[in-house]
Amino acid sequence: MSGTELVHDHKMEGWNRPPVIEPDGEAELLEVAMGPHHPSTHGVFRMDVALDGERVIRLKPVFGYLHRNHEKIAEGVSYLASMPYTDRLDYFCSLSNNWAYALAVEKLVGQTVPERAEYLRVILAELTRVQNHASAIGFLIQEMGASGTPLMYAFREREKILDLFESLTGSRMMCNYMRFGGCRMDASAAWLDAARKVVVGLPKFVDEIDNLLSSNEILMARCQGVGILRQDLAINAGISGPMLRATGVNYDLRKVDKYGIYDRFKFRVPLGEVGDIYDRYMVRMLEMRESITILEQALNDIPGGPVMNPTAKLRGFRPKAGEAYGRIESPKGELGFYLISDGTPNPYRYRVRPPSLVNLTVLEDMCLGSNVADVVLIFGSVDIVLGEVDR
Amino acid sequence: MLGEGILKGLAETAKNFAGSFVSEERLTTVQYPEERIAPFEAARVFPFLVFDQENRDGGGPEWEAGLRCVACQICEKECPPKCIYIEKSKDKKLDYLGKGQYYPARFDIDISVCMSCQICVEVCPFEAIKMDTEFELSTTDRFGALLLDRSQLAKSNEHYHKIHPTDATAVDARLADEKAKVDAKAKAAADAAAAKAAATQPTNEGGD
Amino acid sequence: MKTIEEIKTEIEAAVPGAAVEIVANPSVSGQHSLRIAPEHALAIAMFLRDEAELSLDYLSNVTGVDWPEKEVTEKVIVNRTVTKTVDGVEQSAEETLEETRKRVEPGYLEVVYHLYSMAKKHGPVVIRMRTANRSDQVDLPSLTPVWRSAEFQEREIFDLYGIVFTGHPDLRRLLMWDGFKDHPMRRDYVEPDDFEYEPTAHDEVLARVIAHRAASVGCDKTEADV
Repeated sequence: MSGTELVHDHKMEGWNRPPVIEPDGEAELLEVAMGPHHPSTHGVFRMDVALDGERVIRLKPVFGYLHRNHEKIAEGVSYLASMPYTDRLDYFCSLSNNWAYALAVEKLVGQTVPERAEYLRVILAELTRVQNHASAIGFLIQEMGASGTPLMYAFREREKILDLFESLTGSRMMCNYMRFGGCRMDASAAWLDAARKVVVGLPKFVDEIDNLLSSNEILMARCQGVGILRQDLAINAGISGPMLRATGVNYDLRKVDKYGIYDRFKFRVPLGEVGDIYDRYMVRMLEMRESITILEQALNDIPGGPVMNPTAKLRGFRPKAGEAYGRIESPKGELGFYLISDGTPNPYRYRVRPPSLVNLTVLEDMCLGSNVADVVLIFGSVDIVLGEVDR
Repeated sequence: MLGEGILKGLAETAKNFAGSFVSEERLTTVQYPEERIAPFEAARVFPFLVFDQENRDGGGPEWEAGLRCVACQICEKECPPKCIYIEKSKDKKLDYLGKGQYYPARFDIDISVCMSCQICVEVCPFEAIKMDTEFELSTTDRFGALLLDRSQLAKSNEHYHKIHPTDATAVDARLADEKAKVDAKAKAAADAAAAKAAATQPTNEGGD
Repeated sequence: MKTIEEIKTEIEAAVPGAAVEIVANPSVSGQHSLRIAPEHALAIAMFLRDEAELSLDYLSNVTGVDWPEKEVTEKVIVNRTVTKTVDGVEQSAEETLEETRKRVEPGYLEVVYHLYSMAKKHGPVVIRMRTANRSDQVDLPSLTPVWRSAEFQEREIFDLYGIVFTGHPDLRRLLMWDGFKDHPMRRDYVEPDDFEYEPTAHDEVLARVIAHRAASVGCDKTEADV
């Protein structure tokens, strides 16, 4: 399947519904609740599966265990006060969430951002992408049974990146760094040098993980041909991010929307062919390499100047009535914020479009008919974070 | 050959395993709590109130006299989880510029609610509240032990210099500038008054 | 991509009888939306997805919004016939006066869909549907048969707002547990009273703290603090 011809084959009678699997013979189905207290479910997540022996006949995802009603909290506080709450949505990638929210508000009021701030945003977002993909691969391999060794290699690099975040923003994970109109504080020359040093060491790490895993026969046997997702179903189900690109669809928001200053950087978008777990793993691996390319270019070209637009207001921010939808390519997929403002300091409606929630729509389709062990792997390859699914 | 990929992987892990005996950077574990890494300068955990050591308005303990906070309640309004509770005083005391300002009769922060977002620090116009780096604050009392009041929150400017040296020096420079401006204006006003007094009544003693 | 007016004309041509209205967006984002009537929603959605040039095959976001009823004070010019006594003779004359009237604009629930095209790489096209009121007529057609990505998002709107989507394959609560009553994201939602310990209470929480003063632990605020 090439990436240019998209095949649409719709009949309204259920072409996009999950398949119905019949159990063998007169089997009585065993109903198991996988989760919420489970080592492999990436958080508090439950899957109600009905099994015929080892085969999955029915699967229903159940979540909401981490629901904090973030959207209602945001209606009660000002726009600025929602920024630290966005850190806690996808808690692995707090800087991407910050950028998505700042982008939506800047779209709402038409605020521009100075150059240096745009470069800093790109650098931090790509560092976030590297550490997120490394952890995602690490966790996937851990669920395969490699009890932690590749995961700890990934976490060793992640520690270096989190140290960079802490020395700049003050916190490893809940960074609260972007503001409407720029970034909270400037990055010193010493920090940029430290970032360059980390980026220089990253290709070696990606090579190490690649050598360790990509041609590993056990990994290939367990991942190739498992959890295949069709291209047309992926588009119709609203899948985005590495899961979509693994099916062969060339849709990366950094190239489509060109938000920020991404049109200045040369990078490629890796695409899969079959849409199975191995393709998703390879797409994440190659995206890490492309992120390193972007980082090298950005760290090279970053100009001087202010990091906050002087016309931006910190307190007393009252956007005029109206609405806006802003979206970015977060490491998990398309993260969007939809804001309706009515002229008061608090938003009237604040909606987070979570990539992990929408990517879970097709979990059922991918898992039906496969074994329980594969369910764990397929679920791990979707790469979700419960903070985002439940908000 | 079957198993070639697995062997390549085993070579990588062997390199890491052997390397951990030889190179320092492969040994990344820090044996906490015997070894501790110093926190970064920018690290933020929970807020604290800054007081200046020079005793300004006499009476009471040192921290109470030198507290920079003027109870403007901006941090209380901007705090996202609303973990700050302030009660303004009824009387005023002089601040470092010589102006009379209110002070907080009560300033509570519930650090079990505080999410360390640092917005209170950003919006404070008086450099009165800053972020501390102390995180080993666990207690066994669920109700009240994590509610810090004024006396527990007040820490000296010296402490601020110790944990965030660059920021503290910048803040001190800014405050000294403000004081210099106010002093210069006062001096100019005093000179003008003295000149006027000397011009109108040449026999009287002028001002200072 | 076509402008919003062109899309409106095309929809009205393709789906006869469809009532499509442009809802202008006053912000600088320029993302205007089309309000469609629930009766033709499925036909319009299929047209938007399958038409060759629009090709809006990717439903990105489904949002629910609650617009409660509001009281509107307006000045109305009224013509009235008044009987006046002039020189002892009763006469009726026309009088125009301006009077201030208060009326209640009914509330409604709204669903907003953001559509993009992966084939043509354009978007967004925003469509909205409104319910008749907030109490008993809260059903809208589900667009899940057209775009599967609406499945979980419409379930969430049913859970948090109470809009019933007819034609949805599996409409049950998503984030709250199955036995939960009430709809948390509505503007008139009242939280359950499970006050325990609130040391730095403000505004409504402080009012509740005062009400629970007898049962509270560690709270020492009084009426004077409100």
